[in-house]
Amino acid sequence: MDESQPVWSQYIYQALKEAEIGQVAYVPDAGHKDLIELCHADARMRTVSLTTEEEGVALLAGAWLGGTRGVLLMQSSGVGNCINMLSLVEECRFPLLMIVTMRGQWGETNPWQVPMGQAAAAVLATCGVIVQHVEATRDLAPGVAAAAQMAFVSNRAVALLVSQRLIGAKKFD
Amino acid sequence: MLDRRDAVAAILRRRGRALVVTGLGSPTWDVAAVADSPHNFYLWGAMGGAAVVGLGLALAQPSRRVLVLTGDGELLMGLGSLATIGAERPPNLSVVVLDNERYGETGMQASHTARGVDLAAMARAAGFPAASTAATAEELDAALPALYGGAGPVLLVVKVLATQPPVRVPLRDGTHIKNRFREALLGPQASG
Repeated sequence: MDESQPVWSQYIYQALKEAEIGQVAYVPDAGHKDLIELCHADARMRTVSLTTEEEGVALLAGAWLGGTRGVLLMQSSGVGNCINMLSLVEECRFPLLMIVTMRGQWGETNPWQVPMGQAAAAVLATCGVIVQHVEATRDLAPGVAAAAQMAFVSNRAVALLVSQRLIGAKKFD
Repeated sequence: MLDRRDAVAAILRRRGRALVVTGLGSPTWDVAAVADSPHNFYLWGAMGGAAVVGLGLALAQPSRRVLVLTGDGELLMGLGSLATIGAERPPNLSVVVLDNERYGETGMQASHTARGVDLAAMARAAGFPAASTAATAEELDAALPALYGGAGPVLLVVKVLATQPPVRVPLRDGTHIKNRFREALLGPQASG
């Protein structure tokens, strides 16, 4: 953890602004706490709180049908909830930008987070989502920009997995 | 109980400039057979997602009415979406549930609405300002003004007969359905 969350969340937020993101769908996660607050405070971003992550996949398909770019924020445990809904994205070539904060990966103290955290990248790849990893805060802004460009210009689903090493492991001991 | 195609025809006759999203199975076949339009987005899968596709579209196009037509089984798979839509309160979104109380594509097994689950009551409890059930042509006719002009989100359950009208297979390729819709709605912007 080389910079605090209020600092690195700004990097993601600024990159999302530059990518002209208009809808921000999320299931809350501690790793996205500051980013969610920044997006809520931005009058040009419509935030949508979801009951489950798969809703976000469908929501952002609808947003794109209407000409709006969106981003889906979740933690790694939400990846499994998206599986069947990702068929919508794959079959229709919808762009999809996902930013996934990782659990179960680096110094995890809740063993129940480990199975989905370890499976997340493989599950996404199996469902046709391009997986990109960010391990250091300096790579966040360029990582979001590159993922957004690939998603919205090349009509692809791209998931940016933000390492638990960067976020910092939550302590349950 | 109404004939499902008659009900869909009566609803879409008054659509005006409304954008339409259909849930997988019979609602997609019905809308394609009765009133195909490039302003229709047909789902062939993604069960449980139709209402939320409608929400994303409604938020992106606040000046247009967005009408989702789906089935009882499809909405039951995504019941959380009622809570999300109720919390967001999109004023231009209406959801029509063509409720035959059956899973029509898989052998006509009874759905939960055949066993006492009331989707209109669930929508009201989720914060929809308007949610009702129509079981006759008169009740459907009386509900249409709110469907297109009432403050949303609106949910209308239409009780339909458990029949399976002939399927006229509509557009199948998802990318084509998406591109056709975006070009019709967004014009030259669609490719950007």
